[in-house]
Amino acid sequence: MTSMPHIEVAIGTSQHAKAQPGTTKVAARDVNVFYAEKQALKNVSVDIPEKSVTAFIGPSGCGKSTFLRCINRMNDTIPIARVTGVIEIDGQNVNDPAIDAVELRARVGMVFQKPNPFPKSIFENVAYGARIHGLASSKAEFDDLVGRSLKRAGLFEEVKDRLHESGTSLSGGQQQRLCIARAIAVDPEIILMDEPCSALDPIATAKIEELIDELRENYTIVIVTHSMQQAARVSQRAAFFHLGELVEEGPTAVMFTSPNDKRTQDYITGRFG
Amino acid sequence: MADMTWNSGSTRPEVRAAQDAEARRRSRRRREKIFIWLGVASTLFALATLAALLIDLIVAGYPRLTWDFFTNFPSRRATQAGILSAWVGSLLVILTTATIGVFLGVSAGIYLEEYARRNWVTNIIEINISNLAGVPSIVYGLLALGLFVYALGTGRNIFTAGLTLALLILPIIVVATRESIRAVPGSLREAAYGIGCTKWQVTSDHVLPAALPGVLTGVIIGISRALGETAPLITIGALTFIAFLPSPPITSEFPYISFSWLFDGFTVLPIQAFNWISRPGSDFHANAAAAGIVLLVITLGLNSLAIYARYRLRKKLQW
Repeated sequence: MTSMPHIEVAIGTSQHAKAQPGTTKVAARDVNVFYAEKQALKNVSVDIPEKSVTAFIGPSGCGKSTFLRCINRMNDTIPIARVTGVIEIDGQNVNDPAIDAVELRARVGMVFQKPNPFPKSIFENVAYGARIHGLASSKAEFDDLVGRSLKRAGLFEEVKDRLHESGTSLSGGQQQRLCIARAIAVDPEIILMDEPCSALDPIATAKIEELIDELRENYTIVIVTHSMQQAARVSQRAAFFHLGELVEEGPTAVMFTSPNDKRTQDYITGRFG
Repeated sequence: MADMTWNSGSTRPEVRAAQDAEARRRSRRRREKIFIWLGVASTLFALATLAALLIDLIVAGYPRLTWDFFTNFPSRRATQAGILSAWVGSLLVILTTATIGVFLGVSAGIYLEEYARRNWVTNIIEINISNLAGVPSIVYGLLALGLFVYALGTGRNIFTAGLTLALLILPIIVVATRESIRAVPGSLREAAYGIGCTKWQVTSDHVLPAALPGVLTGVIIGISRALGETAPLITIGALTFIAFLPSPPITSEFPYISFSWLFDGFTVLPIQAFNWISRPGSDFHANAAAAGIVLLVITLGLNSLAIYARYRLRKKLQW
């Protein structure tokens, strides 16, 4: 941490001043994932600190999304996927058979690569999760929850007059923020983002990145990204994946300026990927 | 080289090659033209036949399409005979068919697509469902006669007819349900799972509404097929001459609603038409044509409804 101020300047961000590594929120030990016979993830162990942004970077097919989907057990929905190893959230193993994947996914929200709002109204998109988890009951409570979630996702001002229009009528960037509002409404502790900006233009991307930076005050955020610039801009810690292995992880600033592994350096300097 | 120059005389090879290419182009164009004309001819033949049938039907039957025709029971006198018992019978049979067929078909489709594990049992079920769609309808009639009427003693009534026709259209509904469920984008499922939906919530709140247009199309196409079926209903013992209506579904006594019509005898439009056409005398043949027109209009109407419903629902659902 002593070298931080220097690196901060080097990669041109200022947010690292408040990047105190909090207590560990997610701890993964020897996680392996198989799709049928093919091993997609090999012995991945990593700690993800609370209330900060951790970026997973690496070339396509390196296993970063696969690992992300282990954290909320989305891989359960793929019949051929098999996960081994331990992933603890607050010390509780999510792969424990006693853990209900449905409840887990309420605690660990997810935002996907392509914005995928429900083909329902904007209001209903946000209210739906709260309804199925029984987080609100009266109309006033729903109104309040939807308003609050949309405000947090930085979308409220743009849509407050058309909450009953379809969520799919919004622009791509607005749709993605709607998806973030939808995730927030369920009151998760962790938000997983799987390349949330890859389908968006630079302005929409900037808005989402700004939002991510605000959200880390309250949530633990894990983001998968192709863009190293994005990882440098939004994350405090980064993990580099290559061919299913976790090559290196550490503070983003350190990793981007003085990586330990040759492969990380090659990737960051654009020699492959 | 020897081969190429064999019959080309003194012509130089490159000129010869150009001539060959030109000849190939010509023959390709000729073949293309032949296929186009063949296609046009086949289409016209089918259309012309259909048009001839329709015109014949309308010319023969149109004069009989009066109000009385719809409100009269069949009669020995052709000019007084009507289709009241037939269209009421058709309506009630189709209502029963739709209720049973939609419930069984959509449930089976959801189960097979969303819940069933992929193994040899589901493979066999799948192959059999596809095969069922090709089974001649008379076979369903024989099955219904043996199983429902004789073995289970359900009687020769509207309920048995509905059950039989429901079996007949089951494969259509199951296949349509499965295909439209499969067409629902995976991203919608992920969104629902990602927010903590149970499997049933994903299916009922998101997948089914998105698949509804396709399911509805399958249901309506199935129903319009059932509407025209004659053979299985004759087999289970539909009446051909019936001068009374099934008991009314609404009664004056508590509980004001009655299902006893399910167990009444019945006839349906195609059977009535068949009965008239098999009688001597052109008067009755005109009645048959008129009943045919009514049946045709209902079927085309249902098909249009299917197209319209699909269009409306698709427009509402966009991603």
